[in-house]
Amino acid sequence: MFSKIMCPVDLAHAAKLTRALQAAADLGTQYDCPVCYVGVTGETPGAVAHSPKEYTAKLAAFAAEQGAQHGHKVTSHACISTDPSADLDKQLLAAATTLDADLIVMASHIPGLADHLWPSHGGQIARRAKASVFVIR
Amino acid sequence: MTDTSTDPSGIPEPDGAATPIDTDYNIGQDNVEGSVGPIGFDIHNPVFMTSGVTIIVFVLLTLLLPDQSGAVFSWLFDTVTKSFDWLFIGAGDIFVIFCLFLIVSPYGRVRLGGVDATADYSYIGWFSMLFAAGMGIGLMFYGVSEPMSHYSSAMGGITLENGARTDWAPLAGAAGNEAEAVRLGMAATIYHWGLHPWAIYAVVGLALALFSFNKGLPLTLRSAFYPIFGERVWGWTGHAIDILAVFATLFGLATSLGLGATQANAGLSELFGVPFSTTTQVVLIMVITGFALISVVRGLDGGVKILSEINMGLAFTLLAFVLIAGPTVAILTGFADNLMAYFEYLPALAVPFGREDVNFSQGWTSFYWAWWISWSPFVGMFIARVSRGRTVREFVTCVLLIPSLVCVLWMSTFGGTAIHQVLNDGYTAAQEAPLELKMFKMFDMLPLSSITSLLGIVLVIVFFVTSSDSGSLVIDTITAGGKVDAPVPQRVFWCIFEGTVAIVLLLSTGGLASLQSMVISTGLPFTIVLLVMCYAIIRGLATEPRGS
Repeated sequence: MFSKIMCPVDLAHAAKLTRALQAAADLGTQYDCPVCYVGVTGETPGAVAHSPKEYTAKLAAFAAEQGAQHGHKVTSHACISTDPSADLDKQLLAAATTLDADLIVMASHIPGLADHLWPSHGGQIARRAKASVFVIR
Repeated sequence: MTDTSTDPSGIPEPDGAATPIDTDYNIGQDNVEGSVGPIGFDIHNPVFMTSGVTIIVFVLLTLLLPDQSGAVFSWLFDTVTKSFDWLFIGAGDIFVIFCLFLIVSPYGRVRLGGVDATADYSYIGWFSMLFAAGMGIGLMFYGVSEPMSHYSSAMGGITLENGARTDWAPLAGAAGNEAEAVRLGMAATIYHWGLHPWAIYAVVGLALALFSFNKGLPLTLRSAFYPIFGERVWGWTGHAIDILAVFATLFGLATSLGLGATQANAGLSELFGVPFSTTTQVVLIMVITGFALISVVRGLDGGVKILSEINMGLAFTLLAFVLIAGPTVAILTGFADNLMAYFEYLPALAVPFGREDVNFSQGWTSFYWAWWISWSPFVGMFIARVSRGRTVREFVTCVLLIPSLVCVLWMSTFGGTAIHQVLNDGYTAAQEAPLELKMFKMFDMLPLSSITSLLGIVLVIVFFVTSSDSGSLVIDTITAGGKVDAPVPQRVFWCIFEGTVAIVLLLSTGGLASLQSMVISTGLPFTIVLLVMCYAIIRGLATEPRGS
């Protein structure tokens, strides 16, 4: 049913993504398709990495770790942005197109009042992506 | 500083060879993450809280004790600009020489972001952003008034009282010599808007870009001081530097919002009869802040860059119109003459000691230098953020020379046209008008003045929106400990905070003057900070691999 799954991850808060990571891995195993872990980083040093190159390496290591843990096929894709806070949705949508993903599995929070002002990334991706989107709250 | 480029356990290089600094500090380790109600935050607590609380206390004191605070700020302003004029003028000269040295030295071959890094923005997009952030509204506000002021005071010559000069003429003036007064007036204006301010911005921008992109340190002012203070830079030494940068940026932006609202109001009043009042100005600040909010939420590419390019397009349209509709031949010949006059008078204008033209050197030059220096954390950080992939030579040349040339063209066109109107047409309305109206009075003598005035007002507003949005991004980055991926509501907070400070101080007696004094006062410690930064840049560049 699916041939490529994309799973956006925030490496600084990976511990909060357990359910989404588990779901992505399960779906990857069920449909025997690779899960591509996608992260967005800035060009300046950040909490996760000091450079885009280091970030890319850490994301690849994270994907490999997921593969080893759950036994599914994995890849990784780092998006580099000058303004990751503002460009996150745009970068993820572009990555979904580039990777030709047909399912996006991503974590999100429970919607609240603030979502009227700042919609959640999961909500935005679900609204605008061409692929199917599985939002895990 | 440790070279870890060959150490597999060290920080991986940026793009290609570079020499990151090996530090125990993890970016964001001193940050506090959480949420206020449904809105998340990620802030560097000491810097965010200290700067935020101090700014609120300052605003309250200005409001509650207007007379006392006015006296203190007036004293502060006079002391800084008059007692330390030699320091400002001398430091300005050092920054220019330093930048010229970097262009010709082998350090010019170092690439920001590593030897294989590629530039993020085209020359047009990059240049638009650095120009809009660096000069912006000043060109609209002073484009006509400054050349006119220097020309008038130079024509007036020297006046003495008790052996001391009381005139405002640059150098020895040019009493009664019309042609020389124009040359001296334009040379003095270009001196204030040309190489010197851009050298200040280049120093800060280069330091931030080098220590962030190549050395792997957070994008905050303190990082540039790692070669000097070592690990102590992550403690209160560094906090103090960053807090000072937040003050300078916020006070500078709030002052500009106030001045811009005044000029836009004056233009609207002239054109449409809109009342010239604080109510109108408050509404204007709210509108400007509203546009800036949209821009910061859309981010660097989706907001700031687009607005900067619109800004450049409008500015060049206006420039081209005045050039064509105004005295074209006089402006074009004036451009070359003004450049020659600038280089001719530059050595004398740049002398830091023993100046006889105290009113000019203290009231104009010293004031301007303090102003540019206090703005430098904001402009420098913004320039740094969009300059990854440029070589040091490309960076310094573009930041130093191209905007300087545009400023010369702008001043020659706007100021030259206004002076031409006085000398050849006997039209003195621009000369006699208040500061915020001079540009509009100059337009009155040109065809289609309603359209150009309207374009002028729109440009004033767009210039302010670009300053406000880029300033909010910069303050947010500093108060988030150099993280550029802090939650978007934080930059929204700073944008609203700037607008609120500007409105509150606009409504209070002498509020904007107090703000201006604060901007100038932060320029003094920052002059020392920048001089030390030059040394740190050399230390940082010395260990970087150079491209061919």
